[in-house]
Amino acid sequence: MHQLTDGPIDVAQVRATVSHPGHGAILVFEGVARDNLAGPRVELLAYEAYAELAVPVMEAIAAEAEQSFGAAVSMVHRTGRVGIGEASLVIAVGTPHRPECYEASRYVLEQVKQRLPVWKKEITEDGSEWKANAPT
Amino acid sequence: MHITCRYVAMLRERRGLDEEVVEVPPGTTVSELYRSLFPAPAVPVGFAVAHRQVHAGHALSDGDEVVFLPPVGGG
Repeated sequence: MHQLTDGPIDVAQVRATVSHPGHGAILVFEGVARDNLAGPRVELLAYEAYAELAVPVMEAIAAEAEQSFGAAVSMVHRTGRVGIGEASLVIAVGTPHRPECYEASRYVLEQVKQRLPVWKKEITEDGSEWKANAPT
Repeated sequence: MHITCRYVAMLRERRGLDEEVVEVPPGTTVSELYRSLFPAPAVPVGFAVAHRQVHAGHALSDGDEVVFLPPVGGG
């Protein structure tokens, strides 16, 4: 499951897609909109995606995680307005054992932050600004 | 050649358009097109043609759709 959605993410549904009798470890990561980045208080975030490329990039990252860690991966990213405290990104990873589960989850998250064609605008009490992720 | 340019995020706001069709000479690369549309100081971008990422020296073909990809902010 690799999707963009303009509504709240059903975390249990994402998790269920990586549940398997052979998976002894499942990790669910939620990236959550927060209000306290440096500067004025953030009231909400607005995400925009290039969908025709974003879904193939998600599929490519998931395939890399499967190849490297034997992981089943699902991810969903929000588009549009996301309120403070809501999940903007959910990544579920399932593997037979826990070490590769942590590694795969971290790998997928960092790749999403560097490669997924999604852009974030912070809407603050003072205005709004596009914010890019820091390069690694 | 006619090229459809689609704008996202800060580039859409800067250009004031979602997309437009521009005319360019044969052999124009995606980075040359970008520089002509967004004079310095330009946002550093990646490039996609027909929904596939391409390198800066990719030569355009008539009818291509280009998306310029500013630094991403997902997560």
